[in-house]
Amino acid sequence: MNFELLLQLVINGLIVGTLYGVVAMCFVLIYKSTQIVNFAQGEFLLIGAWVCWALLVHFGLPFWIGFPVTLVFMMCFGVLLQVVVLRPMIGEPIISVIMVTIGLSIFFQAVMKWMFGVFVQPFPEIFTTKAINIGGLQVQTAYVMSVAVSLVIMVAFAWFFKYSRMGLAMRATAFNQQVAQSLGISVKQVFAMAWAISAMVSALAGVVVGMVNGVSSALSFFGIKVFPAVILGGLDSIIGAILGGLIIGVLENTAEFVDSQYLNLGNLYTVAPFYVLIIILMIKPYGLFGTKKIERV
Amino acid sequence: MAATTSMMRCGEFKTSYAKDTTIFPTPMSRNFAILAVLLLLIAPLQIGDFQFLSRYQINLLIQIGYYSIAALGLNILVGCTGQISLGHAAFFGFGAFSSAWLSNNTGIPVFFTIPLAGLMTTAVGLIFGVPAARIKGLYLAIATFASQFILEDFFARADWFTGGSAGAMAMPFTLFGHELSGDRSYFYVVLAYLVVMFICGANLLRSRDGRAFVAVRDHYLSAEVMGINLTKYRILSFGVASFFAGIGGALYGHYLGYVSAEGFSILLSIQFLGMIIIGGLGSVMGTIMGTAFMVLLPEVMEFGASGLSGVAPGLTDGLAFLKEAAIGLAIILFLIFEPDGLAHRWKMTKAYWKLYPFSY
Repeated sequence: MNFELLLQLVINGLIVGTLYGVVAMCFVLIYKSTQIVNFAQGEFLLIGAWVCWALLVHFGLPFWIGFPVTLVFMMCFGVLLQVVVLRPMIGEPIISVIMVTIGLSIFFQAVMKWMFGVFVQPFPEIFTTKAINIGGLQVQTAYVMSVAVSLVIMVAFAWFFKYSRMGLAMRATAFNQQVAQSLGISVKQVFAMAWAISAMVSALAGVVVGMVNGVSSALSFFGIKVFPAVILGGLDSIIGAILGGLIIGVLENTAEFVDSQYLNLGNLYTVAPFYVLIIILMIKPYGLFGTKKIERV
Repeated sequence: MAATTSMMRCGEFKTSYAKDTTIFPTPMSRNFAILAVLLLLIAPLQIGDFQFLSRYQINLLIQIGYYSIAALGLNILVGCTGQISLGHAAFFGFGAFSSAWLSNNTGIPVFFTIPLAGLMTTAVGLIFGVPAARIKGLYLAIATFASQFILEDFFARADWFTGGSAGAMAMPFTLFGHELSGDRSYFYVVLAYLVVMFICGANLLRSRDGRAFVAVRDHYLSAEVMGINLTKYRILSFGVASFFAGIGGALYGHYLGYVSAEGFSILLSIQFLGMIIIGGLGSVMGTIMGTAFMVLLPEVMEFGASGLSGVAPGLTDGLAFLKEAAIGLAIILFLIFEPDGLAHRWKMTKAYWKLYPFSY
């Protein structure tokens, strides 16, 4: 047993897991308030990261200007997407809704490849020190920052949904659209808001990952990894999404450890979450914290 | 009555259930279908220097052929039974690999390995359809999404079966000692399979099992009350879909002569779904229309880009990505503006011309 490697991998898993958690949270936010499964969540990360990269590299903006501009852009993008593409889909069968987001995902991925090329582009340096030492383990500064940022986002989400007026309106809409509407909540506004927040926070995660690994279309794979996380946590539970993300992150890295030390199968890392996904769907389809839907005739 | 039987009829005059479920509603439509098959039979002929279609056009027709066989399976699963599958390309690939493996390792002639590959894929499809017994809708879509990745990983890993990353060679199709490997002769193999599979598919939907599929889609509780075994039919439709996918995949493998694991990605699965959505969910003829649309769309774009190369020279460089983007865009636009697909559009066009100058 190589404990040091295991520890390093588990720490990595926790860090990546928090990022999965944040993206999963965005995914759940959209599902909970608008009942749409967003297969294009990974593309939000991709677009956010590319836009920020372009602002920093092509326009030479400093990070503290470029980053907020990216967030504003993503907010507009999210609202626009909801209004133009997703609003006509309200009331359509589930296959149409799924296929529209899949279509969006393919479309944006291809367009991003067309505009920015297929090669990994390094992000300009933002932190002067590359890695810091925590308890004898080397951890990248950007990762530490990402965990900090993720925690801030999670706290902000909790506050937003518990105390702010808009957050309460969103929760009411998620609970029952008709009742919310009769209380004077604009459901349209809530839907647009959900997409805007989701796009913004995803872009933030995209920028963080881009800082560490460089920006490339591989970023959109986060959108696929989100599925095991949200199914594990329950499709409509925000806490479940965070926990699911953490578990999937750690699981991936332990799978990597077991694979490299004992099994030598190769790329167990990428498939293990999907086996977990199928098993969970078979034994506990509503996940750890999801609401059970009881059908009555 | 003579007028009503000879040309298109101006209304519905069906008096029995059997008449309502016939494959061809009028003798005219049947004659047109037969004519189309006859035209396709002479299409690849080459008389001296004269040829009806170039080799490239035949290649496109073959592609439409094997893709539409697989897409018909998916249409039975998604359009008729209402179960979303995001893993159809994996089954298509499994069919290609099993036929190649059978013909390479067991010495069974390719003529028999294609249906056998269909059966092997059915078995796999039944296994991956098991989650359908418990979950449906969105959750099922996510489960099939996972099975796509699991099978893709299996293709890359199982060296004994697929040749791993190197891929597998597939033997050419032989019939009574004649090798049918060129585009022009292989065309007939695909055409024969296309006709047989489409007749099977269309007839399946008229049978008790087909009606059970539709009942499960429309209202599963009522279906269960009427004595339809939900679990059985949900898993069975996965089996049927994989059989079609397996046959299509086997035809694909023997056409190219080489099967590589990279060809069966999630993108192909999405393309299959795009074909049936563009063609029309639950429509047999729509499947062919949608497949033709999906196969011809990149070709048309290539044609357009080469035409515009003088005006916009950058267009040809990014063409590969633009083609991919066009697939996504086509799916989105069809879902927003024509959710019933080309089959519905075709019906509307026919209805318009039926009473042409006085359409009201």
